[in-house]
Amino acid sequence: MPDNTQPIINIDKVCKRFGDFNALKDVSLRISSGERIVVCGPSGSGKSTLIRCINGLERHDSGKILVDGIALDHSASSLSAVRSRVGMVFQQFNLFPHLTVIENLMLGPLKSRKLSREAARQLALNYLERVRIPEQADKYPRQLSGGQQQRVAIARSLCMEPGIMLFDEPTSALDPEMINEVLEVMAELAATGMTMICVTHEMGFARRVADTMVFMDHGEVVETASPEHFFTSPSSERCRDFLNKILQH
Amino acid sequence: MKAFLLIASLSLALSGCSANWGWYVVNPATDTGLSNLKFLFGGLYYTLLLSVTAIGISVTIGLLIALPGLSHNRYFRGINRTYVEIVRAVPILVLILWVYYGLPQIANLSITVFWAGVIALALSDSAFEAEIFRAGIQSIDKGQYEAAHSISLSYTDMMRHVILPQAIRRILPALGNQLVYMLKMSSLVSVIGMQELTRRANELVVTEYRPLEIYTILVLEYLVVILLVSAGVRWLEHRMQSDQRQ
Repeated sequence: MPDNTQPIINIDKVCKRFGDFNALKDVSLRISSGERIVVCGPSGSGKSTLIRCINGLERHDSGKILVDGIALDHSASSLSAVRSRVGMVFQQFNLFPHLTVIENLMLGPLKSRKLSREAARQLALNYLERVRIPEQADKYPRQLSGGQQQRVAIARSLCMEPGIMLFDEPTSALDPEMINEVLEVMAELAATGMTMICVTHEMGFARRVADTMVFMDHGEVVETASPEHFFTSPSSERCRDFLNKILQH
Repeated sequence: MKAFLLIASLSLALSGCSANWGWYVVNPATDTGLSNLKFLFGGLYYTLLLSVTAIGISVTIGLLIALPGLSHNRYFRGINRTYVEIVRAVPILVLILWVYYGLPQIANLSITVFWAGVIALALSDSAFEAEIFRAGIQSIDKGQYEAAHSISLSYTDMMRHVILPQAIRRILPALGNQLVYMLKMSSLVSVIGMQELTRRANELVVTEYRPLEIYTILVLEYLVVILLVSAGVRWLEHRMQSDQRQ
């Protein structure tokens, strides 16, 4: 288990409302460097909102979020400092359709990390190799399969060399036969010691990779436990219900 | 290209159906006819220069006005609305007259006919360009912004490398329309004496008393230019989209 002394992410009593809807209610979570967290829960439970708050895509209403010592206060400087340390992979990939794969990967390193073209290119090729699609470098995203697109999206985030990676249901938009190639890349990434927070319903992946399971419902963290404990003897009724539903088939 | 044939045969048919036509004024076989034709076509240079300069400026202003319109800040949005509503409400001809005769007096400067025309056309068109840009940018998926944020791009880099290239592909047909519109509206600058196609035709009519033939030539001139521009825009559109499709 990673040590718990100095959390790399500290979420303290965070609340977020959308109109009348309470998306997050006093959510607190401490995540250590190198820890792999899987967040699950029914839809509308606030899990996506929670990880979107971590890199400031959503603005939390109250509470504190500290990422690598930086307080997210939604000033431009704190946002850019946090975002350069935190990578994010989206359900819908969100690749830039007018750019080739390699250009997608090079944009961040060139513009926000100010690397030279040569260095950015080398970096991009390295990460394409890591996600096992170096031969697709000059294609456009729409020429790739969903699984390949999601791997490109992972590589694009990694090109920023973040210490923390957020995954927002990365396999939910994929055809079943492509899910494994993406999970494989994520598992390899986990093995490198990357701090990862994944919102996913892939319980096999969670069991294999997670250090900590977080179960959310109605905007609250209901349960935080190790995978063994979580899958065999969850302490809350809601969590048992949820697991029964998704593990049935 | 069917349109060309149609027009050509139509004008031939028209010329055959009445004895009132006197094509001699623009008959390239005679000296006067040739010099008249040259005089008419000579206006093309200014029509094109005027329209292209004006569209360049109006696209730039349009973009600069569109961006605050997309802001979360309601004062910025107010700037956008005010500009668009006011500029859109002034007729182009009125704006041309005001810029040429009025602006030099309040601003205490001298302004050439050409630049008065460019400023008036560009200002008047910029409100429409702003609306086109705003719609185009708003049509880009929210996920593109989030992806750009997640790799820590600045606002300028995000707009320049992610949002605008996609928005411009989408609004290209509308921008093409504006260019065509601009080419047509440039004829209004003739009222302040700009030597473009329409002005030249007017001047020739006054000396030759042959409005039918001369204005027919004028119609054909605009038609050819505009059909060529439309074809060019379609070609560009096709090329930009084939970048992404396969």
